[in-house]
Amino acid sequence: MPPQATHAILAPSRPDEAASGPALEISGLIKSYAGRRVVDGLTLTLARGEIVALLGPNGAGKTTTIEISEGFRRPDAGTVRVLGLDPLRDAAALKPQIGVMLQDGVGAYTGAKARELLDLFAAYAAHPHDTAELLELVGLSDVAGTQVKRLSGGQRQRLSLALALVGRPALVFLDEPTAGMDPQARRGTWGLISQLRADGVSVVLTTHLLDEAEQLADTIVVINHGRVVATGSPAELVRAGAEGQIRFRAPAGLRLTSLSDALHAGASASEEAPGRYLITGERSPQLLASVAAWCAAQGVFAEDLAVERRTLEDVFLEMTGAELSA
Amino acid sequence: MTATVSYVPAPDAAPRSRMLGAQTRMELRLLLRNGEQVGLTLVVPLLLEVFLNLPLLSSLGGSRRIDFVVPSVLALAVMSSAFTGLAIGTGFERKYGVLKRLGATALPRSVLLLGKTLAVLLLEVLQVGLVCTLGLALGWHPHGNPIWTALLIVLGTLAFGGLGLLIAGTLRAEVTLAAANLIWLVLLFAGGIAIALDSYPAPFADVARYLPSAALSDGLHHVLQNGGGLPLGAALTLLVWSAVALPAATRWFSWE
Ligand SMILES: Nc1ncnc2c1ncn2[C@@H]1O[C@H](COP(=O)(O)OP(=O)(O)OP(=O)(O)O)[C@@H](O)[C@H]1O
Ligand SMILES: [Mg+2]
Repeated sequence: MPPQATHAILAPSRPDEAASGPALEISGLIKSYAGRRVVDGLTLTLARGEIVALLGPNGAGKTTTIEISEGFRRPDAGTVRVLGLDPLRDAAALKPQIGVMLQDGVGAYTGAKARELLDLFAAYAAHPHDTAELLELVGLSDVAGTQVKRLSGGQRQRLSLALALVGRPALVFLDEPTAGMDPQARRGTWGLISQLRADGVSVVLTTHLLDEAEQLADTIVVINHGRVVATGSPAELVRAGAEGQIRFRAPAGLRLTSLSDALHAGASASEEAPGRYLITGERSPQLLASVAAWCAAQGVFAEDLAVERRTLEDVFLEMTGAELSA
Repeated sequence: MTATVSYVPAPDAAPRSRMLGAQTRMELRLLLRNGEQVGLTLVVPLLLEVFLNLPLLSSLGGSRRIDFVVPSVLALAVMSSAFTGLAIGTGFERKYGVLKRLGATALPRSVLLLGKTLAVLLLEVLQVGLVCTLGLALGWHPHGNPIWTALLIVLGTLAFGGLGLLIAGTLRAEVTLAAANLIWLVLLFAGGIAIALDSYPAPFADVARYLPSAALSDGLHHVLQNGGGLPLGAALTLLVWSAVALPAATRWFSWE
């Protein structure tokens, strides 16, 4: 048994620094399996009441990082503070404050019915949610009396979410929360996660859905080979590099030298295919104005003119390499 | 999934008594819902009670066969639920990540283990009730002090429970399944439960006497068949097994 921190458990929430510092602080985290570093000097911070999304290819080290934060695995080096506490040393004080959704399913008594399991987890908490209400909320009322092993994959995922939330945690770890959910359930879960944030719950989530990360996260952390390769708000990540492109259609064979001259330094123009033009350069109003002015001067009507910005997917693939397909 | 609920954090652990009550209820409910567990802990002992009482096995006991059979079956019932049932159930919970998932909740491990123990004890109350009722129907005359009987059963539960958890917490679930069933079978026939150790050659019997099955069975026969007081030797043997197995289980139990 770890040492019992009975007082910490029973004391009401204290408004001291432990309750106002970052929700999660990881620095220089290292974890190896069989001599291979799967988390390699990872550092990240999550402010209270915010959402951080960990992105990265399969095997990047997301689950390992999360499970170290949850106190399931022991780090080889580095420090981890969860709500100001050490996940291993202060486990007894920390566990009641966090909600956990594991990647590999509900992971609890499969012979129990959905309702029974949620009631059991509710009994661990001092101020649990009303379990019937929570089941309704995640759309499981109809299968409340079904044994966990007979639930569908998406239903298990919903139950797993409810189990993570039932104790009114201050911080939740959601490892691929919407994996296996149908589009409606996914939207519902997004709404629910936004609601968590609005009510002051801090959220760590992992996902392979870039739109999920873009829509929910305050901060996105892109991980590759156990290292952080990019951090920032979704907007910052997309802006980073600031490359943009403008495409339009016009009669083939326009003389592009004058266009290149009209553009500011660093931008370039080319005819990708007969009649299809591409301008790349820093995305700015001037770039668009220069292109439009040049077309006007040439007496050319540009059709299908489109300013394209980099998507998060472009950034992600760039950061984590093309080895996905290798 | 419409959100009208407030998620404002209010994290705190429930009082341990509430956790323990809920945990015990869940464990007991699952034991009674699982067909194999019910077969092992309730059906098989009752069938054996009837079978052993048939006059075809004339070597059993003296004049009143049922007076020998009931204490034997009680010992078997305790071994079935506290050892084999607990080991297999816990082994698969470990395999399927149940224990890991519970480890991420406010439930302390001590409360989890206590809940399991209480569920086993409650199951044993049911077992004892059924075995004794059937025994009385078969003409059993109980002797001795029920308090000593209860004490022996509790000691037996601690010893067997410790051994069961030790196996479940250290071996793979499939190995646990095989080992727990095999040991159950061996102890039933060679461990002083179904067949009195006196029927075996002396060197074997002298050693086997210190098995937890033999100690529990001997003790129960001493009290229930012969109307004796607390059998100190048997009680001490069970106590020693508990004192070894429980700390060992705590020490080596791996939760994942
Ligand atoms: N217990 C373990 N023993 C050995 N290797 C492990 C263990 N856990 C994880 N690994 C390895 O560590 C690496 C990172 O795994 P991890 O589960 O953290 O990845 P992930 O980013 O969550 O991937 P995914 O997107 O597929 O869930 C993988 O190469 C995995 O094989
Ligand atoms: Mg993962």
